[in-house]
Formats: sequence, structure tokens, C-alpha cells
Amino acid sequence: MAKLPDGEPVPDDGALPESALTDVGGRGFGVYLHVPFCASRCGYCDFNTYTASELGGADTDGYVEAVLAELALAAKVMPAPPRVDTVFVGGGTPTLLRPEQLGRMLEAIDRTWGLAAGAEVTTEANPESVDPVSLRALRAAGFTRISLGMQSAAPGVLRILDRKHTAGRAPAAATEAREAGFEHVNLDLIYGTPGESEQDFADSLAAVIGAGVDHVSAYALIVEDGTRLAARVRRGELAAPDDDVAADRYLAAESALTDAGLSWYEVSNWAAGAASRCRHNLLYWRGGDWWGLGPGAHSHVGGVRWWNVKHPSRYAARLAEGLSPGLEREVLTAEQRHTEEVLLQLRLVEGLPLARLDAAGRDAAARALADGLLTGAGYADGRAALTLRGRLLADAVVHSLLAW
Amino acid sequence: MLTERITVPPLLGSNKPGDTDPAAIRNFCIIAHIDHGKSTLADRMLQLTEVVDPRQMRAQYLDRMDIERERGITIKSQAVRMPWTVREGDRAGEQVVLNMIDTPGHVDFTYEVSRSLAACEGAILLVDAAQGIEAQTLANLYLAMENNLTIIPVLNKIDLPAAQPEKYAEELAHLIGCDPSDCLKVSGKTGDGVPHLLDEIVRQLPAPSGGDAKAPTRAMIFDSVYDVYRGVVTYIRVIDGRLDARDRIKMMSTGAVHELLEIGVISPEPIKSQSLSVGEVGYLITGVKDVRQSRVGDTVTLNSRPATESLGGYKDPKPMVYSGLYPLDGSDYPELREALDKLKLNDASLVYEPESSAALGFGFRCGFLGLLHLEIIQERLEREFGLDLIATAPNVVYRVVTDDGKEVVVTNPSEYPHGKVAEVFEPVARATVLTPNDYVGAVMELCQGRRGVLLGMDYLSADRVELRYTLPLGEIIFDFFDQLKSRTKGYASLDYEPSGEQASELVKVDILLQGEPVDAFSAIVHKDKAYAYGTTIASKLQKLIPRQQFEVPIQAAIGSRVIARETIRAIRKDVLAKCYGGDISRKRKLLEKQKEGKKRMKMVGRVEVPQEAFIAALSTSDNPEAGKKK
Repeated sequence: MAKLPDGEPVPDDGALPESALTDVGGRGFGVYLHVPFCASRCGYCDFNTYTASELGGADTDGYVEAVLAELALAAKVMPAPPRVDTVFVGGGTPTLLRPEQLGRMLEAIDRTWGLAAGAEVTTEANPESVDPVSLRALRAAGFTRISLGMQSAAPGVLRILDRKHTAGRAPAAATEAREAGFEHVNLDLIYGTPGESEQDFADSLAAVIGAGVDHVSAYALIVEDGTRLAARVRRGELAAPDDDVAADRYLAAESALTDAGLSWYEVSNWAAGAASRCRHNLLYWRGGDWWGLGPGAHSHVGGVRWWNVKHPSRYAARLAEGLSPGLEREVLTAEQRHTEEVLLQLRLVEGLPLARLDAAGRDAAARALADGLLTGAGYADGRAALTLRGRLLADAVVHSLLAW
Repeated sequence: MLTERITVPPLLGSNKPGDTDPAAIRNFCIIAHIDHGKSTLADRMLQLTEVVDPRQMRAQYLDRMDIERERGITIKSQAVRMPWTVREGDRAGEQVVLNMIDTPGHVDFTYEVSRSLAACEGAILLVDAAQGIEAQTLANLYLAMENNLTIIPVLNKIDLPAAQPEKYAEELAHLIGCDPSDCLKVSGKTGDGVPHLLDEIVRQLPAPSGGDAKAPTRAMIFDSVYDVYRGVVTYIRVIDGRLDARDRIKMMSTGAVHELLEIGVISPEPIKSQSLSVGEVGYLITGVKDVRQSRVGDTVTLNSRPATESLGGYKDPKPMVYSGLYPLDGSDYPELREALDKLKLNDASLVYEPESSAALGFGFRCGFLGLLHLEIIQERLEREFGLDLIATAPNVVYRVVTDDGKEVVVTNPSEYPHGKVAEVFEPVARATVLTPNDYVGAVMELCQGRRGVLLGMDYLSADRVELRYTLPLGEIIFDFFDQLKSRTKGYASLDYEPSGEQASELVKVDILLQGEPVDAFSAIVHKDKAYAYGTTIASKLQKLIPRQQFEVPIQAAIGSRVIARETIRAIRKDVLAKCYGGDISRKRKLLEKQKEGKKRMKMVGRVEVPQEAFIAALSTSDNPEAGKKK
């Protein structure tokens, strides 16, 4: 299917406009590393991942070499970068790589830019792809935080989501991770899956809380175009997710997690305390800079967003020729930066300074306050901060604060 | 290089325009239903009389406009002069001039039909030998008989295997009171029987008579067409006296005087002539740019020696159906105005004035002769001018008398008086439905449901029935025709003509969103139907309007009395709970896409209503797609 480009081309050497480099690191600096491998593809997933049969010969060692090549190119683009505050390895399934492969890339990042003292280094993992041995190896390689894709504790729901782990495996893996020395462990939940009952989700929440993790992410299932799940919904095999059900689930999550001592700090994220919040994600949400390594990875530096070619073979081929793997980029306009600022910061517990809004936006904020979507305390403090109801209607609040 | 088109001088025979003995003239029209083969028969006549070069012949030669050819209907008529030498019988060898006057073949143009008929002495009643007569044809036949036209019944398409000429000859004979054997049988397709038909026109139809060649000139306008290059081309039949190419003419209804730029005959391309005399049919061009200055039915006389009395029968076209037309994109308003201004040049019956709707923005209240006229105009605006339109539900004109004796003419529900209403009058129509007798019950049920009063019922033949009803016009314009077709598997045909007004128990139903009336949905309906209208619109809107941050009640009300209610529940979740990792662009673009969607929303109070909801709710069918034109 022909598709219009989303952005402008990235120069072959990956060079950034000077304007983007003036205050690098003033907003924090992170590195994202995309691992595009999965043992099998889940029906709901539209991320950039490939199973062995889809890779067409690209192997994991080749992938690691290509990432190291991109890192070398990145060092030239940003010769005097700040120290790296956060690293996040996501996928895909990063733990399909051997711990030493992950360790090697982490080391290269440290060598290139230098990891700051106390840097947060996270990897995602599937519960079935880790064990006590590999977890200890990851910890030893320098990882400080692990994020496990649990999704649900209900076997029926896991089946619909095509997840391969058993219902009890994720909390067990979380316990193993803590025993291996991980202080920060996250469990991901998905709610609103067709067929999920209220009790199923209550069980999932109880399992998460029982695992004693210090961070929970809970996302409403989105049926993305082009996924197997979308096809099943279209054929009528599965019911489309219901927004009212999703709202009920969200409220259940808020209530159970708060009772368990976890408090929300972003619409879909809860943490046991300020130290447990994911600093890498906060970097995204607060407009920080980061370099995204790997196929399909997204980067942001000083108002320029770019993204790499998606397929691992093409990614490796570009780098082998000494070219930037960047596919397209956007140099954000002031208006776009403002839109992103409002859209991202409003989702945070501290909200958005009212001073960042124009007159129409501030009028809208006053109405949103009257409608019970913004907190009185936040407003009195000069901030647009969402109430619980406001969190459920956050997109509408964003539209109104942007005076759209 | 292109070769120039070669025009072969048409053979006008020995009878020259302006110098033709009335005794050698036959003025006739063809009364036929769409698809009964009028245009094909006309093609054969053009060929037989040799007025069209065989190399330039094309199918449906006389139908000029695309829209006519595609819809199979003829909106504007023409008059074609054809020389003919009688081939057979006692008058063989006689040279005559045949003027074939084309009549509009549809329900909304009765007045134009009547003027075309008035220009003729005879009519060919052309009926498809496989289908029999249709209601519209019957109506025009009655009109022709009232005008004392001599009728020649002709069955067409006798080459078709399904043709039943004997059966339908019987039907025609019954209708016009002749013998079935008097019906001529032709095939427009093969040409079979057409020369004989032309001979019979000479034999059976009277020549123009009663005209006075010496009297002050009087010519009747039976059609008036705007042409981009020539301005208005006016078709006339000379009744008395003569017209010369250098005369100054006067329109008797207005007294306006115009210089003649050209007169002539159509054969079938325009041929200039020096003059036109008694009994002849032709065209004139004066340079006026608007058909309103040269109106159908008006009498043309000479400025130098004017007639004292007009020919009579002139009527101002009166709109019967009104609808609001709004551009989907508000910025297209100037284009819509320009397009209507252009259409008006060629359509004396189209009226419009600017109006604004709280819900739909700026548009025009347009008056039409009927539903078909409305559809044609809407389609031309969309097709020829590339406009996307929302049309409000059509309504008729009501006369409302309030308690304090004031009278208000309501062409738009928003003009309905707020105070106490003493009486409401609605236009009524006499409708004729022709149907196979199997569907008589279904048709009667439909008509009764639409407050019809049965006037009479006749069997045209053993299995075809004519039903005559008085129906409120407002009921006919509201999907009556679609219902009739669907209940009779497409076999029934309908004709109606306005026939005065009646007092009725009518009420105005308002639709309120969160207490705010939405003007575009207000309707004037019979009190027994108010509840059905209210619940239908309310439940349609309930499905069409997306949930808002607050609960939105949808109410149907008569004055302050609520008669139906639906509720759109408040939306509880409007947040993308997925992070998409670092792909912030995707999130922003989703939001920007939603913003585009919001642009297409119309605000009703605080409620955002998508335009699609207006279109779908205003369409009469349950299919939301039907909001767009078929």
C-alpha cells in the first residue's frame, strides 16, 4: 500500500541541525535500544518485531554489530554529549538476546558517552524468557531495573493475547528478579481484552500486588489496524473492546494499586515512591533528549525527532555502507512542540504549568476545573493537573487546553 | 489538423420559413413516459425526413444535456421542423412541414407541458407495447385532451418479444375512446411503421386554423433556454400575424421591449430566417441573459403594432416545495450562490434566498416546482459545480392563521409562529396512481397512511387499475414515491398536480439537543405523526452523535411539550492509554487527526455534532449512506 512519507529524509551522515545541538543534555539525556526479536508474534502487537522466520537471515550477532556501528555514527553526530542518565532496552523481547550480548551493547554506550553515576538501566523481558541465572547475569551486566510483560493473570486472557507464559509465571519472575538484586521491577498489565471479566482483572491486580513490585503499568488494549487481533474483531470472532468497560477497569486499577501503596504518576503508570518512577519514561514525557538505537527506534534531540528503518536487515545494510539508518525525521515547529508539551505533561501527576497555555487555553483550563477534570489544588498552584475523571478524559482535556 | 465540420444544408423542401401556407403545417408533440422510446422515435423521424446528415446522426439526437441523457428524461423541449412528402394513400406527394414539439416528460413540469401542448394541434400518444401506459403519460394525455388536441395512439417497441400490442391497444382505445385497430404500431428501433405514422400525422391532425395573418402579431412562448453563447433562446408558436427579423418585440406580461437579433427555425440545428408567419414554430433571440425576461406562457407582440390582448394562460411558476441547501464546507457559500445564479438563468421556476441555520451555517432556502425539480437542481449543483451539499428535509408551503387573526406563510419550519395557532392550511394534490391490480391493496394502504382520500378507481384493462386520490402534498414529497415503488415492486406509477389547500391538524415538532432546538430538524407534521417523527429522529441522532463529556438528552417537543426522549450517555473514557514508547510523533499525529475530525463538527450549544449526523438524520431512508445522492 502506497503511503505518504511521515517526515523529511534524514541526511546520510545523520547530522542534526545546529539548533538541535545547542542545549543537549540540558533536558536530560537517555538512550533507547530497540531489540526487534520475538519468539512468536502476539496477535495484538503492532510493534517493530520479527520472529526467526521473518528475519530472512539476520542473526542476533549481526544485529549487535549493527547497533555498535550506529553508536559509532551517533558519537560523530553528537561529539560532546552529556552523560547518559537512563538506558532503556525495549522490544520485541530483549531477553531473546544472551545477557552478554546485552552487556556488550551497554558497555559500548558507557564507552561512547559515559553512564552517569546512579544511571537507571532498564530492560524489558518476557516472563518465560528469564530465569534466576539469566537475571543474575543481567544484573551483573549493569541492568538496574527490569520490566516484565505480564499482561494478565487470567489464562483465558493470556490465550486471547497469544502470550506464551502461564498465569503464575510473571509474579514468579518478578520475585526471581528481586532475588537476583533488581531493586526496581515493573509488571505490565493490559486491561479490557475481549472476554476478560471483572474478576479476571481483579485477579491480575491481586497477583501484581502480591508480587511486591515497585512499579506497575496498565494499558487499555488497543486494537491496532493490521494486527491479527483486528482481523478477528472484524470477522466478529472477538468483541471490540468497550470504552465503558475500560473505564471501569481503570478505576479498579487505581483503587487496588493505591490501596497497595502504589500511586499514579502518569496516566498509565503507578510507582511505590518517587525513586521507583521510571526515569527513562519521564525523560520522554518531559521533553528530554534521547538517542534511539536499533531498527525502527525513535530518537529526539532538541526538537528533532527521527526514526530508523524498520527491518533489521535493511538497518544493518545501511550501517554497513556507513550511512545513517534514519528513515525520516521531523524538525518540530514551535506549535508542534507546544502540542507535545501539553499532550505529554498533562498526563503526569504534577500536570502542566498554566503559564504554558495561551489565553484561550487558560479559559479552557478554568472550564475543565469547573467540570471536575482538573484538581483545585493543582490549579491553585498554577498547574493543570488531572483529577481521576480527568485522567479518563485526558485526550479531550488536551484538545480543550490547546483550544482546538 | 482538424477538418471543419461540414454542414449539409438541410432540405427544407418547397415550404420556406416565413412563407409557409398554414394548411401545409402540422404541429404536434409526443406524449410518452420515460423509457417508452420517444427519443429513438424522434431519431427515426429526423432520418426519414432527411434533416440530419446520416454521418452526423447520433442516438438521442435531440437530448442535449448530459443530465438528460443519463437520467433518460428531457427537461427542456425543442421544436424541430421537418419537411415531409406524403408517401402513400390519397394524399401521396403532398409536401408539408412537420413541427415536432418536444415536451418535458415529468411530474414537476406540468405547466411547461401545458404550454407545449398549447402550441400543437395534435399529439402522438406513444406507449411501450411491452409496458402499457404510465400515470404520468395518462396525466399528460388528459391535459392534451383538455387542450382539444387530436390524439394519435401509437404503440412502440413492437419488435420486442415481450410486446403485447393487442392488449395495450385495447387499453389505449378504452382511454381515448377509439377503436383498438386505430392504434398505430411502430418500432423506433427498427423504423418499422414510422413512415406510415408520418403520413397519418398529415392525414389525421388538423392544420393550424383560426390564426389571422393580418392581425397584430401574437406568438406564444412555449420554451425558453439559456445558452452561454447566444443568451436566451426563446421558442415560439406564431398565432396571429408575423414576425420579421428586424422587428422590435414586446413581452406582453411585462411590457418589456427587445430588439430581435435573430429569428429562425430548428431543423434540428438552428437555421436563420427572415420571418415566421401564422401557424409556424421557431425561435427568437434578443440578447437577454435570463429566462425570467422571456417567460414560458408569455405572449410576444410587435412594439410597433402591439396586440391589445395577450393569448392567455400565462402563469408565474410557483414553487411548491422548499428545502434549505447548505454547503458542507462553509467556505463554499460564495460558490453555491454563484452556481444558483447560473442555474437561475435557465430556470425561471427556481427561487432562492439566503438563510442561515444555527446548525448548518449559511445557505439558501430554495423553492422548487416539486421533488424531481429539487433533485435535478441538487444534482446539477453537485455535479456541474462540484459542490458538496446538505439538503434539509423538503417541506411544502403552509398558511398559518394565528389566534389574533394574523396570517403567516411558512416556507420553512423556523417561520412557524410561536404563539397560539388557530388554523393551519396545507397544500393538497390530486394524485393518480396506475398499478397492476395485485397491488391495489398495498397502494391503498400507503395512501390511507398518508391521509389520502380516495376519489375514484378505474380498471384500465383487466389487470391495470387507476386510483385517484387527494393527498396532502407534504405527504407526497416525503418518500412517498420510494414507498410506492417498493410496495409495488416498481410497477406502480404516480402523477400528481397541486389542487388547492385544506385545513389540517398540523403541528411543528422541534428536536432539542440538551435543551437547544436544532433548527435543521424541525418539521411540520400532522399531529398523529408527530410522535413517530420525534422518535425516529431522536433515535437516529442517538446513534449518530458521538458521546460527549456530559449526558446529552435528545428531545422531540411540540412547543414546550416533550413527546419523545433519548439520551446519549456521557463518555467515560477518552484517553489513549498506550505509550508507544518513544514514538511521540505518532501520538501527536493521532491527536492532530482528531483535531481535523473536530473541524467537521457543528456546535449545537455545547454539543459537538458531526456533519454526517445531519446528513444521515435528514435522509428519509434508514441507510446512512442515502444522505448522499444516489
